[in-house]
Amino acid sequence: MSHEEFKPILLARQGKPNSHKLATYQADGGYQALAKALAMKNTDVVDVVKASGLRGRGGAGFPTGLKWTFLPKDLNGPVYLCINGDESEPGTFNNRVLIEQDPHQVLEGIVISSFATRTTTAYFYLRYEYGRCYRVLKDAIDEMVDNNLLGKNILGSGYDLDIHLHRGACAYICGEETGLIESLEGKRAWPRIKPPFPAIEGAFRRPTVVNNVETMACIPHILNRGAEWFMSMGIPRDPNNTRDAGSYGPKLYCISGHVNKPGLVELPMGISARDLIDKHGGGVWKGRKAKAVVPGGISMGFMSEKELDTPLDFAGPGRVGCLGLGTAAVIVIDDHTSMIDVLYNACRFFAHESCGQCTPCREGTAWSTKILERIREGRGKLSDIDVLLEISSSIGTIPGTTICGLADGAAWPIKTAINKFRPEFEEYIKSGRKSESRSLAAAH
Amino acid sequence: MAKVIVNDIEVDADAKDNCILAARKAGVEIPHYCWHEALSVVASCRMCLVEVGERKPDGTVVMGPKLVPGCQTPIREGTVIRTDSEKVKTAQQMTLELLLLNHPLDCSICDQAGECYLQDYTFKYGNPVSRLDEPKIQRMDKYHIGEQIALFTDRCVMCTRCVRFTREISGTAELQVTNRGSHEEIDVFPDMPCDNKLAGNVVDLCPVGALCSKDFLYKKRVWWLKSANSVCTGCSTGCSIHVDENEDKVYRLRPRDNPLAQGHFMCDEGRFGFKYIHDERRLQKPKLSDSFALAASLNKPSKTNGSVDLNFADPWVDVLSVTRFKIKEAIKTDARGFVAVLSPFMSVEEAYLLASYLKGLDKKVRLVLGRVPVVGSDDKYPKGPKGESPASDKVKFTIRSEKCPNRLGVEAILRHFEGELITLEQAVARADATAWYFVGGYNQGWVTESIDRAVGKPSLLIVQDIFASPLSERADIVLASSSFAERDGTYVNHSGLAQAASGAVRCPGDARADGRILMEIAERKGLFNAMTLRKEIGKSVPSLVALSAGDLGENGVKISMAKEPIYS
Repeated sequence: MSHEEFKPILLARQGKPNSHKLATYQADGGYQALAKALAMKNTDVVDVVKASGLRGRGGAGFPTGLKWTFLPKDLNGPVYLCINGDESEPGTFNNRVLIEQDPHQVLEGIVISSFATRTTTAYFYLRYEYGRCYRVLKDAIDEMVDNNLLGKNILGSGYDLDIHLHRGACAYICGEETGLIESLEGKRAWPRIKPPFPAIEGAFRRPTVVNNVETMACIPHILNRGAEWFMSMGIPRDPNNTRDAGSYGPKLYCISGHVNKPGLVELPMGISARDLIDKHGGGVWKGRKAKAVVPGGISMGFMSEKELDTPLDFAGPGRVGCLGLGTAAVIVIDDHTSMIDVLYNACRFFAHESCGQCTPCREGTAWSTKILERIREGRGKLSDIDVLLEISSSIGTIPGTTICGLADGAAWPIKTAINKFRPEFEEYIKSGRKSESRSLAAAH
Repeated sequence: MAKVIVNDIEVDADAKDNCILAARKAGVEIPHYCWHEALSVVASCRMCLVEVGERKPDGTVVMGPKLVPGCQTPIREGTVIRTDSEKVKTAQQMTLELLLLNHPLDCSICDQAGECYLQDYTFKYGNPVSRLDEPKIQRMDKYHIGEQIALFTDRCVMCTRCVRFTREISGTAELQVTNRGSHEEIDVFPDMPCDNKLAGNVVDLCPVGALCSKDFLYKKRVWWLKSANSVCTGCSTGCSIHVDENEDKVYRLRPRDNPLAQGHFMCDEGRFGFKYIHDERRLQKPKLSDSFALAASLNKPSKTNGSVDLNFADPWVDVLSVTRFKIKEAIKTDARGFVAVLSPFMSVEEAYLLASYLKGLDKKVRLVLGRVPVVGSDDKYPKGPKGESPASDKVKFTIRSEKCPNRLGVEAILRHFEGELITLEQAVARADATAWYFVGGYNQGWVTESIDRAVGKPSLLIVQDIFASPLSERADIVLASSSFAERDGTYVNHSGLAQAASGAVRCPGDARADGRILMEIAERKGLFNAMTLRKEIGKSVPSLVALSAGDLGENGVKISMAKEPIYS
C-alpha cells in the first residue's frame, strides 16, 4: 500500500462530531473487537497480537505480544497492566490526540489487552498536563462502566476489569516504565534496576505489563481485521538480520518545528523523513531548507539534511547514527537556526528532567548545559566540544553506564549534534559570538 | 561455591556473591559508593562499573557488550570479571570527575579527610584535574538533620545509603531526597529530625564527608587516631567496635563488622555513651580509710631515708599489701561471712582471677553476682510505620534492655566456683555478711539505697570501682579501677558469643586496670595477659572450654552455656 492511498486507521474518527462519545464509537463499529476477543481464549488473543508484529509505540519498539508472554505462566495473585500516557518526549503529541478525540478506541484496546494478560486491574498513568485528556477519559470510563464494558462480568463474559485513571505530577522520568511504576506506587520516580523486569516484578511487586497509549489503540484493529492485514502495512523484517522484528502497521507521526503545516499524520511505517516533511508537513517554512531533523523526539538525536531519505521505521534512524525511531515525533529545524541553540535547549530539558539517581546523568546533563550556556555567551573553548562528547558517552552512548534508557536519550542529541555539525560548533566557538536567540531561563 | 575469574585471578566465591564481593575475595577492589552489604542494591552511583563475561566450558571467554554495575550483577560458575580494561578505567575516571564536579574540595576542613572514599578512589582511579569551567553549585549546610548529625550538603555524592538505612534498618524513614537532578539534596521532613536511636550509623555509612557526627566534628584529624578492637559495654548485644583514641583520649566509637555479634551497626546509646570514661569525677587513686592507713603506717618498717619518703611514687604498694592482709584476716575470722560481689561489667578473666583466688583461700567464701542493670525492654529494629516493633524474623538490630556486657561470662565463672548463682539481692537478704568485696565498674551509679542500707558497716568493706559511691565513701579500702576502654578482657554477650576486647587508653591518674589489681591481690606472678588467662580458664572452667584457644579472633567464639536470665 503506498503512502498516498493510505486511509487513516487510528485517526479515522478524528474530527467527527462527538467522536469521544461511546455512542458514536459504537455506531462506527466500536467494541466489536472486544466482543470478539472475549469470545476467544486469552492466549489466542496474545497469539494474534504476537503474529501481527505490533511493536510498542512508546519509543523502544519492543514487540508487544512478546512482552505479554514474559508474564509468568502459573499465576497466584494479580497481574497489572499499566498504560503509559505520560507523554513527555519533546515534540510528541500522538497520545494526546488519540485520547482527546477517540478515547474509546484506546480503552477498548486496554480491555482487550487486560483480558489477554489476565489482568483484572489496569492503571492508566496520564500526564498531569493533559487536563482535557483526563476529563475525556474520566467520562469515557464512566460511560463504559454504565454500559457493562468495564467492571464485573464484562459483556456477560465473566471477565472483570477495573481501570484506575492516575494523573502523574509532571515528570519526564515517569515515562520510563519502572519510573512510572514507582510513581504509581506513590514513590519518587526513580527507575528500578533490572532484572527483575516488570513482567516478573512490577507494580506493587506483582507481574506487570506497561504499554503505550498508541499501542493500545492498535489492538482493536488487529483483532478486527487480523494480523495479516496489520502486516500488510509498513516495512517487513530484514531476512538477513535475525534480530530485526520489522516495522508493521500504521504509525502516528507528530510533525513540528519549522514546517508550514505542523500536525499529526498517520501513515504506514517507513515513510522517509523528506517525504513526510514535504508531502505531509507542507515543506520547510519560509522557503528555507531543513538543516536537521529529529526523527522521534529530541532524545533520538538529529539527522542531517543529507540523511532525510532515511525511512522512519524502527530500524531506519539507527542506521544514520540516531538512537532509534522513538515516538516518531519529527521536529524540523531550518537552516537559519543555530545548532548550538538547539542543543542547548535539548540539554537544558534533560538537566531539568534527569531524575538524579545515576551519577553520570545527574551531573553530566547539568554540566553539558552549563558548557553550552558558556559557549552561547561567547566564552567557549574548542576543547569544550570534546568534553561534551565525553560527557555524552559517559551518560549513555556507552551502554550500561546508567540504570534507565532515558539517560541514553540525554546523551544522543549531544553526540549526534557534534558528530554531524562539528564545523558549525567550531566556527561558533572561534567567532566568540553571543547567541542571538533569547536566552532561556536556566533549569530550575 | 562458584569459580570466578577476576582480572585473570581464579577464585572460589560464594554463589550468592555479587561481583564486588567475588572480586574482594580475589584481592581486587571494585570501587563503590552506593552499595553496602547491609542495605538494598540501588546501583545508582555507577562507580562499580565493570566488564563481565563468561568462560565457556571449552575455555573460551566471551565478554558482555555492556559495562555492568558490579553491585547488581550476580556471579555464577565461570563468570569473568575485568576491572582493569581501558573501558572500565575510562568509566571510573568519568564517574569520579562527575562526582567531584560540584564537590567543594574542602578536604582541609573536612572531618572525613583521611578516611574519605572520594579521596581514596580519586587517588587510585581518578583524573587529577577537573575540566569544569563553571561556578560550582553551592548548597547550604544543614545542621538540623539531627541532634547528633550535621549534613554538609555540597559534599554529598547522593549514594542514598543514609536514606536506605533509615528506611530499611531503623525503619524510621526520617531522611529523604529532595529536589531533582543535579539539585538533589538529602534532607529531613520539616520538624522531624533524624534522632532515632540508630541515627549515628548514617555518619559511618556516608562514604564522604557529607554526614558528620556533631560529637566528633572538628575534634581530631582522623589520621592521628589509633584504633583498638573492642566490644561495646552498653548492653548485652555486645556490638563489636573500634575505639578510636589519641594520646589517651577516646574520641569516638565506631561499629566493627561482625556477623556473629550485631552485624554492621551500633546504637547511639553505645556510640556516644563512652563519655563517662573521661569524667573528671573518676576515682583516680586507691585509698585506705584513716584507721587502715594509720595501721599500715605503724606496721610498716620505716623506709624513710632522712626526711625523704621513698614510697611517694606508688600509692598502690601500701594499699595492696593492706588489702591482701585484710582479706586473709577476714576470711580466717569468718569465711562464710566474706562476700565478694562480681559485677557484670567485669571481664571473664577478672572474674576468674578474683573467684579462683578467694575460693583458693577458703571454699566457704561466697561469690555473688552484682546488680544487673535492666532498663525497659528490648528495643528492636526496623520499626514499623507507627513505631511498632518488627516481627521476630524481621529483626535487624536489637538494643537490649540488659545494660551490661558480660552477665553470662561472669555467671559462668560464678556457677563454676560457687556451684550456684547467688544474686546480690539474695546475699543482701540473708544479712549474714561480715565482710564485703564489691567490684563495680558500671558506666553509671549502681549503688541503690537498699544495697547501701543492707551493707551497713561491716567489719571489712573493699570497693573496687571507677566512680565514688556511698559505699566507696565509707569503704575501708577503695581500689580505683578501669573502664572498658582501659583494659583487655573477654565479654560474653546475650547469645553466648565470647569476644576479646583490647584496651585503648591508660587509666586516669593512678587508677589501675582491674586485671592488674587482681593479679597483685592474688599474688600471681607476671603481668596480666588476657590471652594466657583465657587458656587457663578454658582448661579449668568446663563451660568456658571454647576460650582455651586463647586467641578468639576478630569475631569471637560461641560458647555453649545454660541460659537462665536472672535480673536484679
